Amino acid sequence: MSEMNTAPTLNSVELMAFRIGSQEFCVDIVSVREIRGWTPATALPHSPDFVRGVINLRGVVLPIVDLAARLGLACVEPTSRHVIIVAQVGKQVVGLLVDAVSEILTVSDDMVQPTPDVASEMAKTFVRGVLAINERMISLIALDEILPKTLRDAA
Amino acid sequence: MDTMATIKQTFFQECEEQLAELESGLLAMNEGFADPETVNAVFRAVHSIKGGAGAFRLDDLVRFAHIFETVLDQIRIGHLAPAPEIMKISLRAADVLADLVAAARDGERLDEAKWLPVLEECRALSDIPESERGDAAGGIAAAPDFQPVRANFDDIDAPAAPDRAQRIFTIHFKPKRELYGNANESVLLLRELARLGRMTVACDATALPLLGELDADGAYFAWTIELATTRDEAEIREVFEFVEGDCELSIDCVAAPPQQDVAALIRRVQAEMGAPSASAASPSHQAPANAGAPLRLVASAEASQDRPAAKADAAKDEIAPSSATIRVAFDRVDRLINLVGELVINQAMLSQRIVEAGFASGSAVIVGLDELQQLTREIQESVMAIRAQPVKSLFQRMSRIVREVADATGKSARLKTEGEAAEIDKTVVERLADPLTHLIRNAIGHGLETPQQRAARGKPPEGTVRLSATHRSGRVIIEVSDDGGGIDRARVREVAIRRGLIAEEAQLTDSEIDNLIFLPGFSTVATLSNISGRGVGMDVVKRSILALGGRIAIVSEPGKGSTFTMSLPLTLAVLDGMVVSTSGQTLVVPLTAIVETLRPRSGDVHALGMDAQVLAIRGSFVPLIDVGQALGFRSAPADPLTSVVILIETEGRARNALLVDAIQDQRQVVIKSLEANYRHVPDIAAATILGDGRVALILDVDALVARSRGIVAQADLQFAEAG
Repeated sequence: MSEMNTAPTLNSVELMAFRIGSQEFCVDIVSVREIRGWTPATALPHSPDFVRGVINLRGVVLPIVDLAARLGLACVEPTSRHVIIVAQVGKQVVGLLVDAVSEILTVSDDMVQPTPDVASEMAKTFVRGVLAINERMISLIALDEILPKTLRDAA
Repeated sequence: MDTMATIKQTFFQECEEQLAELESGLLAMNEGFADPETVNAVFRAVHSIKGGAGAFRLDDLVRFAHIFETVLDQIRIGHLAPAPEIMKISLRAADVLADLVAAARDGERLDEAKWLPVLEECRALSDIPESERGDAAGGIAAAPDFQPVRANFDDIDAPAAPDRAQRIFTIHFKPKRELYGNANESVLLLRELARLGRMTVACDATALPLLGELDADGAYFAWTIELATTRDEAEIREVFEFVEGDCELSIDCVAAPPQQDVAALIRRVQAEMGAPSASAASPSHQAPANAGAPLRLVASAEASQDRPAAKADAAKDEIAPSSATIRVAFDRVDRLINLVGELVINQAMLSQRIVEAGFASGSAVIVGLDELQQLTREIQESVMAIRAQPVKSLFQRMSRIVREVADATGKSARLKTEGEAAEIDKTVVERLADPLTHLIRNAIGHGLETPQQRAARGKPPEGTVRLSATHRSGRVIIEVSDDGGGIDRARVREVAIRRGLIAEEAQLTDSEIDNLIFLPGFSTVATLSNISGRGVGMDVVKRSILALGGRIAIVSEPGKGSTFTMSLPLTLAVLDGMVVSTSGQTLVVPLTAIVETLRPRSGDVHALGMDAQVLAIRGSFVPLIDVGQALGFRSAPADPLTSVVILIETEGRARNALLVDAIQDQRQVVIKSLEANYRHVPDIAAATILGDGRVALILDVDALVARSRGIVAQADLQFAEAG
């Protein structure tokens, strides 16, 4: 009994890990609505370069954010092997273009370490913290932090 | 608790309808159409509100409605004539009633200072001593003195009547289960009945089954009531007004009184004969030479004895049309509309696949597909029609604004409405309320002159604000016009320069100056009054109209007034558009903007200035806009000779030529919001989904053209900053 009492104090979260180039990232799985393959998007005029355009998701017009471009990483032309993570961000639904989804991680809150103090603006703005798993480093993306603001400020 | 809340909600929904009915009736009476049907409808509206309010113990509302109802009753029975002063008070009372209903709905109490004065005014109207009534009513309806009339009845052998005669009624009342299902309660009805006189009630419980067979929702009791009352059958029926049809009801007069209820009869007769002839019964006509008048009274009085039954039938007939409608939650309709939208897209995709599969055009598959397409379109139109709503309710709300603003500014104004039956999408109607309110406030606050100024200019002291709605080529045109002073262009120009909206030396046409008022940051009044100001300017009006896919334009004539014209889509769900392609992108151009399409010949296109191009069309030159370049899809303009030109007309009737690579198709598209998951995109009105399942953007032609012109581009910039 006493063992069980101590366990719940550590909040466990499920994270979905994905890859962009050589780096690994993850988001809280609660925000993820579905994962689908890349389909060509309709370009939007007067939009920031990280917005790839919009696609039709069963009748809903879904904006696609190229996460690589957003994070300032090397951008590649998407192929059919690329993946769109459909995520709920606040009241909006947004598609995130990534290279591949790798796995689902179950971690406890205390495993998330503060973001190391590096010079990268990207890291400071969009990474909530980092996780060390099997000698890999996975950055936790703060979806609700970066997406609504960037989409609205982009004007 | 939940059930109660639902019933209460229904009550307030009904209140809305009753208030609308009340307002339109009063306005008709105010215009001089005080026919009995209108007066009755007005009375019934207040009566129903009072009835419902009583059930929910909304005491303020009941108290006010009761007094108001009394005034209307006085008009109904001809004691008060619907003279202008009285109608003015009645209209104000209707406003207060609406406020009280709104307060009750929000669970608040309206500040007594806001309604007690009007209550007193109404009370004063309904309590005037009989002898003064004629004067108060503008001298039209002279009320009779009962004494001499009674004397005349003596002459024709009618027994002298005591003030009120008692009759005994036997009432059989057997509720059906629906009565309880609609949240009525027999005991309350019986209690209400007891107020009419002395009564004995016998309960018939023979239909009551054994406990095991008892249905908890069933209705098993019936009552036989002996009622001794001075009231007539109609008044007894009134108690059961709200449960009519939900019960078996019979009312028999078992002991007719030896004499008729003379006072009541005469009152009714007067109402029937109309106010002017009622004066025939006034004391001054007592001379024997006029003995014919009382005789006529008696004749009508007898004829009117069979009225209550007829009246009840009439009441039923009037209720019948409303039962032909149902209330449906709005989100259910929306869901249906969304599904039909999906169906349309799916059908389009299917069509495309079948065409790609290469079926012959006469084959059964293609024929079947055509039928499917037609059916889909019909379903879509029917579903859209569910959301359509006449603009009447919206227009009615405006008459109140006119009254309030006119009162507050000391101006005299009347609202004239036209085309109230025109229907638009409910959302459009709702979202039109604010801009329209603002335009009306503006028309009175800024447009109309004071009565003195108007008199000096040789105009009638009362200003007119006209509000009209018409259908024109798939859109609805709403116009707000006033017969005031028009726009003071010198002043508008001066303000625009002072605010840095235009350069001091700018050469502007009259129409361009008029349109300056739509710029953000423009307000001619130094201090924002709470009449037309309210802290928002015309730019907000324009923005809300644009957000609805509409356009707004102003035409003003100094000394004669201004007219605001709004062109709005009938629905926010679909749009007829031309599918075009440019720089590898597919776009939809709204058909409403397109005048014609053409292929430019060499020599038609001329360069103007550094990078602008114009197109010569039949002797005139219009600006040429390369859509692909304007949207940033390509950096260099396309060769006009291999492209197609779409000639468009924007607000203010300005013409522009849009250059695209090719025209693909013309079709109806389902409008999808970009804002829902993204944000507003400049130059783009919305998105849609085409037959191939891909998203296409719908071009915002007005914005695109506006952005290509210097002055408005600056305004747009400020837009972005403000938003």
